[in-house]
Amino acid sequence: MSTVVVVKPTKPWAVTPKDRIHGAILFIGAIAATYLFVAMTPMKGKLAYFAIFFIFYMAFTSSFQLYFRGSASAKDALVNSIVAIGAAVTVLPILSILWTVIQKGLPGISLGLFTRDMALATPTDPLSNGGLLHAITGTITLVSLALIMSMPIGILTALYLTEIKGSLTKPIRFLVQAMSGVPSIVAGLFILSAVLYPITKGYSAFMGALALTILMIPTIARTSEEVLNLIPNDLREAGTALGGTQWRTVAMIVLPAARSGLITAMILGIARIAGETAPILLLTGGGDRVNPNAFSGPIGSLPYYVWKSFNAGSPEAITRAWAGLLVLLALVLILFISARLIGSKKVGKK
Amino acid sequence: MSAIVEAKLIPAPREISTEPRRSDKVFRAIVTGGGLSSLVILGLIAIFLGFRGFEVLRQEGLGFITNADWSITTDDAGNVTESHFGLAAMLVGTILCSLIAVTIAVPISVCSALFLNFYAPSWLKKILVTVIDMMAAFPSILFGIWGFLVLMPSAEYWAKLLNRYLGFIPIFDVNPYVFTRSPFIAGIVLAIMIIPIITSVTREIFAQAPLDRIQAAYALGATRWAMIKAVVIPHGRSGVIGGAMLGLGRAMGETVAVFTVLNIVFQVNWHMLLGAGGNIASLIILKFGEASPYEIKALMAAGLVLFLLTLIVNALADLIVKSTGKSGR
Repeated sequence: MSTVVVVKPTKPWAVTPKDRIHGAILFIGAIAATYLFVAMTPMKGKLAYFAIFFIFYMAFTSSFQLYFRGSASAKDALVNSIVAIGAAVTVLPILSILWTVIQKGLPGISLGLFTRDMALATPTDPLSNGGLLHAITGTITLVSLALIMSMPIGILTALYLTEIKGSLTKPIRFLVQAMSGVPSIVAGLFILSAVLYPITKGYSAFMGALALTILMIPTIARTSEEVLNLIPNDLREAGTALGGTQWRTVAMIVLPAARSGLITAMILGIARIAGETAPILLLTGGGDRVNPNAFSGPIGSLPYYVWKSFNAGSPEAITRAWAGLLVLLALVLILFISARLIGSKKVGKK
Repeated sequence: MSAIVEAKLIPAPREISTEPRRSDKVFRAIVTGGGLSSLVILGLIAIFLGFRGFEVLRQEGLGFITNADWSITTDDAGNVTESHFGLAAMLVGTILCSLIAVTIAVPISVCSALFLNFYAPSWLKKILVTVIDMMAAFPSILFGIWGFLVLMPSAEYWAKLLNRYLGFIPIFDVNPYVFTRSPFIAGIVLAIMIIPIITSVTREIFAQAPLDRIQAAYALGATRWAMIKAVVIPHGRSGVIGGAMLGLGRAMGETVAVFTVLNIVFQVNWHMLLGAGGNIASLIILKFGEASPYEIKALMAAGLVLFLLTLIVNALADLIVKSTGKSGR
């Protein structure tokens, strides 16, 4: 009776415990060397530790690979660490910004902030005076006006690009792309020169919203175009086969099917403009009290409030600025995350 | 007799037409009109800014681009007696800051795009992509204030190091010895702001690298780096350039973040570590508050220059990216 030898499948590329031990030794070695090096030289700061550690780790791993496996492997190890540094450097500022805003903004947050405006207070007053109410209502006014104007135009542009596909499709796609690169200050100047000076001659929320509309249209148009492209053509064909005109097919089949995607587009558009500062500075006048009239009189907004407080310069004012930034950032992040959640649902299903 | 009855019972064949119905005609007209809005808006921006700035542009001529002083003198009645408007300092500053930003941002973005596509495990990739996209939505005033209050001390220290060890190179020279609020620091802030966009463009281009060639490279025994060098980089090179230009366009038009960080001085300054610089967009914010009607016209002309500059850079970027990948953006 012969024994059947079953060959176990091997994975020569898999990480073995030995490799892990080597890796750990190199890592700890690099930390130790960093510590010694920084202690011996007059360098300071967390970033110095970080930088020296990466240099040592890179040197250790690549010379280890060079010794045991040859130059190709050493280069690979070197690039490995460089690429990892790149990713770390990308994420580092994000964490730093989030940490700073939360740490410095939280002391300035209180319930009163959301119930009072700055009509009777200046930014340098103690934090118990005044609040954000005018800024929050102002931002809501600006964003909703901009949304009402940009949503139809953005979606119509997307519909032109996906449903009509006329001879102008390519130039228009190009122009929408170009429009997304228009600096926000230029949009503000344009409204200033085209509407505010010749026609209304006064600051108002509507002027600010017009400029924000220009900035919002490309975001909405491009995101909606992507979503509409995902709608299966079968649905359009089914609509036409049932005798629907193109109008009815688009309005009753395509758009409802793309609903969640269009909501994502809308939210991303809002996130794009909620923190926009430059056109607001030119066009809204930044009032200090709640202004219910969107078409006349200066109106406050979160970015304007932050700007004003930051420029006032006293410690109280700076705390106000951070608190305003925290509220603004929270708003933008909530919008962004809800866009992600809605957008991750499958498009094309009701 | 019966033939006539039959003829009446069978209706005449319906006319088949490919002509759209009236509802469709209206629909197509409205959608086309909406689609043309981007053309109309861009055209109106150029026309209005040109129209308002025309007087100043005609008076200054080419000097508007080449002169560096920005001064306006008025008599007691408030009439303009003498004015000089020149954008040279601001133009140089804009280009300097955005070039610094791109120089810093591109290597970092390419590294993180490579990391996301070829190194990171999928759970980490998902988190990082969300975080980086999220960063693109941060308000610019946040970057400005963070850059001024948090980044500035560290960046000043880095600038001093650069000056001490590389000071013999003219652009790293500093005289007088002022390091705060320099184009270098503004460039770092701008770099942080444009890293997300360059990363996402580059990542998408890299993701389109042909899978069969990637696998062929691995099958031939290539290490990961050898594969990237042989397949991914040749495929994505022009996409990276396009992404960099897109970032350049963003950096040129950035207003509030630069204004917060930079010390604006009307003097052509190529010394990147020196605390004096400019930027067209922040010039507009700086001068807008106290500007007389005539100066506003000069600001409109400056806006027109900025608009055309970013439009050209963005258009080139778009063309380069489009020529690489079909769905690249």
